[in-house]
Amino acid sequence: MREAGTCCGVSGEERAEKTSRGTVGRLGAAIVRPLRIFLAMMREVFDESAYQRFLERGQMESSANAYALFRRENELARSRRPRCC
Amino acid sequence: MPKILRALLWIAVSLLGALALATIALHRGEQINALWLVVAAVCTYAVGYRFYSSFISAKVLALDPLRATPAERLENGRDFVPTNKWVVFGHHFAAIAGPGPLVGPVLAAQFGYLPGTLWIIGGAVLGGCVQDFVILLFSVRRDGKSLTEMAKSEIGRVGGFVAYVAVLSIIVILLGATALIVVNALKASPWGTFTIAMTMPIAVLMGFYLRRIRPGKVLETSVLGFVLVLAAIFGGQWVSQTPSWAAIFTLAAPTLAILIIIYGFAASALPVWLLLAPRDYLSTFVKLGTISLLAVGIVVFRPTLNMPPLTRFVDGTGPIFAGTIFPFAFITIACGAISGFHSLISSGTTPKLIRHEPETRFVGYGGMLAESMVAIMAMIAASVLQPGVYFAVNSPAGIVGQAPETAAATISSWGFQVSAAQMATLAHAVGEQTLFNRTGGAPAFAVGMAQIFSNTLGGQAVMAIWYHFAIMFEALFILTIIDAGTRVGRFMLQDALGHIWKPLGRTSWYPSILFTSALIVAAWGNFLWQGIKDPLGGINSLWPLFGICNQLLATVALCVATTIIVKTARARYIFVTLIPLFWLVAVTFTASWHKVLDTNPRVGFLAHARQLAKAGANPRLIFNDRLDAAITSVLVVMVATILIESALECTRVLSGAKAASTKETPFVMTRLATEEQS
Repeated sequence: MREAGTCCGVSGEERAEKTSRGTVGRLGAAIVRPLRIFLAMMREVFDESAYQRFLERGQMESSANAYALFRRENELARSRRPRCC
Repeated sequence: MPKILRALLWIAVSLLGALALATIALHRGEQINALWLVVAAVCTYAVGYRFYSSFISAKVLALDPLRATPAERLENGRDFVPTNKWVVFGHHFAAIAGPGPLVGPVLAAQFGYLPGTLWIIGGAVLGGCVQDFVILLFSVRRDGKSLTEMAKSEIGRVGGFVAYVAVLSIIVILLGATALIVVNALKASPWGTFTIAMTMPIAVLMGFYLRRIRPGKVLETSVLGFVLVLAAIFGGQWVSQTPSWAAIFTLAAPTLAILIIIYGFAASALPVWLLLAPRDYLSTFVKLGTISLLAVGIVVFRPTLNMPPLTRFVDGTGPIFAGTIFPFAFITIACGAISGFHSLISSGTTPKLIRHEPETRFVGYGGMLAESMVAIMAMIAASVLQPGVYFAVNSPAGIVGQAPETAAATISSWGFQVSAAQMATLAHAVGEQTLFNRTGGAPAFAVGMAQIFSNTLGGQAVMAIWYHFAIMFEALFILTIIDAGTRVGRFMLQDALGHIWKPLGRTSWYPSILFTSALIVAAWGNFLWQGIKDPLGGINSLWPLFGICNQLLATVALCVATTIIVKTARARYIFVTLIPLFWLVAVTFTASWHKVLDTNPRVGFLAHARQLAKAGANPRLIFNDRLDAAITSVLVVMVATILIESALECTRVLSGAKAASTKETPFVMTRLATEEQS
């Protein structure tokens, strides 16, 4: 038999706490997710992601030399990239 | 959401959009709030995106979520990278949004806010967005091929050649026209000149910081650069108030032109990491920030439009540029409504990042809607100005006179009251010596933006800061276009000259770099010089010429798209690209005819040349007019050729004389979908 105020073995207080935690979590996710996407967008626009991929591809650590190599590889492609008026 | 609620929501959005459009179209004699323009645009864009782009996706393009994109099939971690759709959207928008959607609407506001606004909204939903979307999808289905390659493979060799020449011409004219805007914004302006001059050492510092101190931390470096640029804006105020320093940075138009030409050459020949890349990052950072700021400013402060919906200049006698609404309003506003240049970006980097085919709708169609919104904001910035002030800033001295009193009297005689004292007060408020004859669109946009913000944020006391922030933003933006554009043009020239003599095609061979950089700089430098020396020309002749080139490129892009639609056996939906194509052909060919053959010397290049010859003017000015006429004619003939070639190809397919087949990459099932299904 169920105890009064319990459901599926969870008390009302626990359920309320879980619900509030769930709401906070959902709210947090609703704020964090767009921020993450925005940051990812900025990192892509500003070539930081491309540099990260370059380091992963070459299994390198970030350094002045690694960045110089990255720039050399990307310079031709970047300077040929059209940009609109 | 239940279906009935969704239906009701869309009916409400449509009705609100219709109400807003009716308000801006039918109100006469009383001012309206700028928010009506924003509501009309947002509602129309929402309906266009939800229904029209959905129709195109399902019926015309048949977007296939199961088809692997080149980003997935050819993934190499470098060019081909499957990327989140929001990230691709940001990337695409940063590439398509330039000074064009800001300058074009400001210039076209001489007809009043109505024609430009309707063209921006309607042109984008039915033309520009469609072009960007279909070209992006067709490029995705062809391994990310460029527009010129698609034109060559789907229409014929002439198509590829025309697209190539159109691109090179646009780059050259665009650089000349935009450089002229910077010159007009900075002439006799020690504050602006100092701020922009300071962006050069700031960029070099950013380059060293990125390379030596914090490798790869571009965002951090851009924030640092932005803070330094803000410091330079405040420094500029001190410079302008210190007579000895002000004298150094007060430069005449020819001096500024020479400095910009030298800068363009240096940027093309110097290593990318030193100047071009950091300036590009800084410019992108400032651009995204300022556009967001302007959007917030308009929505929060809700300024009133002082410009009437239609002005007396709809008859073609406008002081900023001559010519009637049709075709010139549609040439002047290119990027905010439809821009051929976008098709290069839609068939450049973007298709190599698309993860799923259906995302082309959001990136291609949605990205252009965002760009169009920027144009609406520029139209608002121009229209919040008192019309008299707007015409005083934008009219060339050749039309309204050099002396402030003469200019004010001429403008007032048109029915737009303005006085020399009022302009002097305004110039003083924004920290300039004068605001008369500051043609090009940038200063008017800056005054409008400063007015929107200074009404609430900081009041009149900080108007000068807002003005110079806007000037810095546009000049930085344009100089980035100049350095990047000169370099792109140099590469295109090297590719072409490499066919004649191989060493010239080597991009790392310094004699070739110097030679081709000099050729490109000389080409746009000539247009810049022409704009400065011709009292009646300048932006008046260069901007329409640029608009014609840009729209001719859009004509080529829509030709390619129409041919592909016919070849994929979807001819019954051909109207999607054919209607904007017909419209652009009508606009560009009519505009070209006027620019070459119109008997009004303010419109036709040849009539102007004849007038100058009669008056015994400088032969150089006469030559410039004839050169402009020749360039326009050659481009029109080439585009007519591609139209005929495309029409013949479509006729062959539709009559059954040729099998309907395109050069699409064969279908490959996407791994992502396979994994999801299993």
